Amino acid sequence: MSAKLTRTMLYIPGNNPAMVQNGGAYGADAILLDLEDAVAVNRKIDARVLVRNIMNFVNFGDVEVTVRINGLDTEFAIDDLKEIVPQKPDAIRIPKINSADDVKKIDQIITEIEKEHGIKVGSTKIHAMIETAIGVENAFEIATSSKRISALTIGGQDLTADMKVVKTEAGEEISYARRRIVMAAKAAGLAAIDTVYADVDNEAGLIRETEMIKGLGYDGKAVINPRQIKPIHNVYMPTDDAIEKARVIIEAFVKAKKEGVGVFAINGKMVDAPVVARAQRVLELAGIEIGGQ
Amino acid sequence: MKNAIGVDIPKKIDGLGEVVSFKGEWALVDKAKTSNVQKEPQSLRVKPKGFKKMCKDIKDCLDKLEIKDGMTISFHHHMRGGDGTIVPIIEALANRGIKNLTLASSSLTGAHEPLVSYVEDGTITRIFTSGCRGKLGQAVSAGKLKYPAVFHSHGGRARAIQEGRIKVDVSFISASAADDAGNATGSHGKSACGSLGYAMIDAEYAKQVVVITDNVVEYPCQPASIQQCNVDYVVPIDSIGDPKKIAGDSTRITKNPMDLRIAELAAEAIIKANYIKEGYSFQCGAGGASLAVARFIREYMEQKEIRGSFLLGGITSVMTDMLESDLFKYAFDVQSFDSAVSQSICNNPKHVEISANQYANPMNCDCMTHKLDVVVLAALEVDINFNVNVLVGADGNIRGASGGHCDTAAGANLTVIVAPSIRGRLPIIKKQITTVVTPGSSVDLLVTERGICINPARKDLKKALKDSGLPIVDIKDVATEVERLCGKQNEPEFEDDIVAVVEYRDGSIIDVIRKVKS
Amino acid sequence: MKLKITAQAGSLESCDLLVIVNPVEEGAGRNVEMESMVISEYGDSILKDINGILDQFDVKDVELVVNDRGALTPTIKARIEAALLRSSKGKG
Repeated sequence: MSAKLTRTMLYIPGNNPAMVQNGGAYGADAILLDLEDAVAVNRKIDARVLVRNIMNFVNFGDVEVTVRINGLDTEFAIDDLKEIVPQKPDAIRIPKINSADDVKKIDQIITEIEKEHGIKVGSTKIHAMIETAIGVENAFEIATSSKRISALTIGGQDLTADMKVVKTEAGEEISYARRRIVMAAKAAGLAAIDTVYADVDNEAGLIRETEMIKGLGYDGKAVINPRQIKPIHNVYMPTDDAIEKARVIIEAFVKAKKEGVGVFAINGKMVDAPVVARAQRVLELAGIEIGGQ
Repeated sequence: MKNAIGVDIPKKIDGLGEVVSFKGEWALVDKAKTSNVQKEPQSLRVKPKGFKKMCKDIKDCLDKLEIKDGMTISFHHHMRGGDGTIVPIIEALANRGIKNLTLASSSLTGAHEPLVSYVEDGTITRIFTSGCRGKLGQAVSAGKLKYPAVFHSHGGRARAIQEGRIKVDVSFISASAADDAGNATGSHGKSACGSLGYAMIDAEYAKQVVVITDNVVEYPCQPASIQQCNVDYVVPIDSIGDPKKIAGDSTRITKNPMDLRIAELAAEAIIKANYIKEGYSFQCGAGGASLAVARFIREYMEQKEIRGSFLLGGITSVMTDMLESDLFKYAFDVQSFDSAVSQSICNNPKHVEISANQYANPMNCDCMTHKLDVVVLAALEVDINFNVNVLVGADGNIRGASGGHCDTAAGANLTVIVAPSIRGRLPIIKKQITTVVTPGSSVDLLVTERGICINPARKDLKKALKDSGLPIVDIKDVATEVERLCGKQNEPEFEDDIVAVVEYRDGSIIDVIRKVKS
Repeated sequence: MKLKITAQAGSLESCDLLVIVNPVEEGAGRNVEMESMVISEYGDSILKDINGILDQFDVKDVELVVNDRGALTPTIKARIEAALLRSSKGKG
């Protein structure tokens, strides 16, 4: 499989051992171990040390493990990085990124920590969380500010607070921000993850919103309760028809590869690289592996 | 002498005599099918027309019965945690100075803790039961019972009574409605408990049968799960128990995300292995991940417009809902798990009460668990050979019940065990488990949150699930990882004395339980 | 590490451990009062983990009150560490 699927990213409060140690058990593609908003100010140390220890000990399997540290504007960020980077998370989520400068500051700190611990410099990725108006306006600059950035994410709650508007079900107020961020991500070749849908009892609303953001190009969505995972995966599941078509393309691709043929046709039509890549993506989403790719 | 799962079973056990060790799921059944063994004779009692069966109270009834030391008395556990009959009767017998009773209850629950003092003082010296919990379980584990207890399955109890292994002198059958001739039911009344399936065999074979009720109705009481032709006396009491305590929390679909995840994986495996199809039959446990599987399977059946043949077993309102929605043609009920289910027995002719004999006895002309397509069961522990423990805790104390576990696991075409790999800090999947109730040869799939483990003997399932996209994991890897995470635990220490035996459904001994070191 | 004040970390939630750290006089040694849901299965192991962390932070004298709800080793160590850090910082 190529790029990891991030259809769902389950937020897990970092100070809760039962949830952190079982993070990989709920079926989400990715998890976010949260040292920031889900942890009380007087428990930041507890969460940091707990997440550090559990990351070091538990095997999360194929699940993408990310950790959200506290913002640069707090007294906690640097110690968070010092303890977490050496545990080699798949990415560090940095909240409230406003500009390329913010990223560059963090980049430097992470580089020092990597060097100190004999970790390959640059291997720690960053998911930039954009949750302010200025961050939205600087989206592309942020996306291209460092080779570490592997995804852009949007924080709807804090963004609407920063904009001083009310967050609504329809989401008109963050519509521009959503589009701007996903466009910047696409332009920079990054993944894009949408914000949480807070009403956990409203499955129909979750599905509506997921269909909308999927249509915009988002690779996935933040999740705050495990029961949101299946509905989101269902939205991202390709139709049986699409899966069949993709299967045909990939089987022909594998055959052509075996025969040492670079270019091939299906039903008289040439199949080029972007078509193969899209077909591979469809099969990944469907959870189907075809050997020999 | 090692039995078929490698456990050492002595030929003779103090207090039980000679025992047969477990030789395989069908070994004794295969041997028995060509033999001509007679059933235990049923005692003929004649009551002339006009005979007054109604007693004033328990004391009056005991005066009328032939009560003596060393007799076997039986009960059912259909009131589960709300039972209010067994303790008062044992108390009444103890007050008469009766000793050395053999207690043969279909099972024992937390409601029966007061029996500990009657075990300690020798009123009760033998127990036949499916399970034992709390302080009573601990008392048996501590060796307080004079003779080794025998833990049997539901089907095994019916077999034991029919073949005379358990010879019941007096059967006390509590019922939520009964008439003065002894026709009795659990399907209606203020203490309705639903099916009286476990009691039916006692009514046929016991030397004396007493119906106890808190609701004497006008003759004739219908339906007559227990029939007047088998009943000697009827005793009215204020309350046979608390029906609200029958289920506890067991019949609501869990909200626990871990259990839901496990249930979802299990349902997908069952579906992808192609077992959910038109006319199939299904059974699942009464709570946790096991019951939640029913929800996911229901969604699939509704989506694909599949209608099953029958539901079996412990019936919960989740199942009666499916029956009402015509997703299945019948529900066969040997135990009703909440009093709401009792109403379905009264109102829905497709909801049928069955005896433990019809349900799961392997030594008759075939039982219903043998017709099951799919069963989903829970577990306390599972070892890397897929053997299952549902009886003894990690600390060595008896705290669960054999129930219908080995009956359904042996009978079903697909047996799925669902469990988290760890509970708190206690490993559930282990290299070696404390006690075996169900042999691994009966188990096809084990589903934990880590994925699906396939019994190597089922090459067909391996093939079917290979390209399913579902996480397939090796059970040995799960056990190893679980041990690494939890750390090496102190295993319970036992003395040599055998305090109980685990009887497989065919009467052979599959495991022994030894005295816990204090 | 010098412990200054009484400090607490963790909780009584499943898979967690609640620990209270009380500074004591120098030379008083380590006094651990422990309750655990899995005392017979893991009692020794938990004590070993606790002493390991106390060694790591060079704490020779302390009173610990521990109520364990089935915490795994990394959690046990994290909770003790957090309480020790809090105690040594002098802040609640």
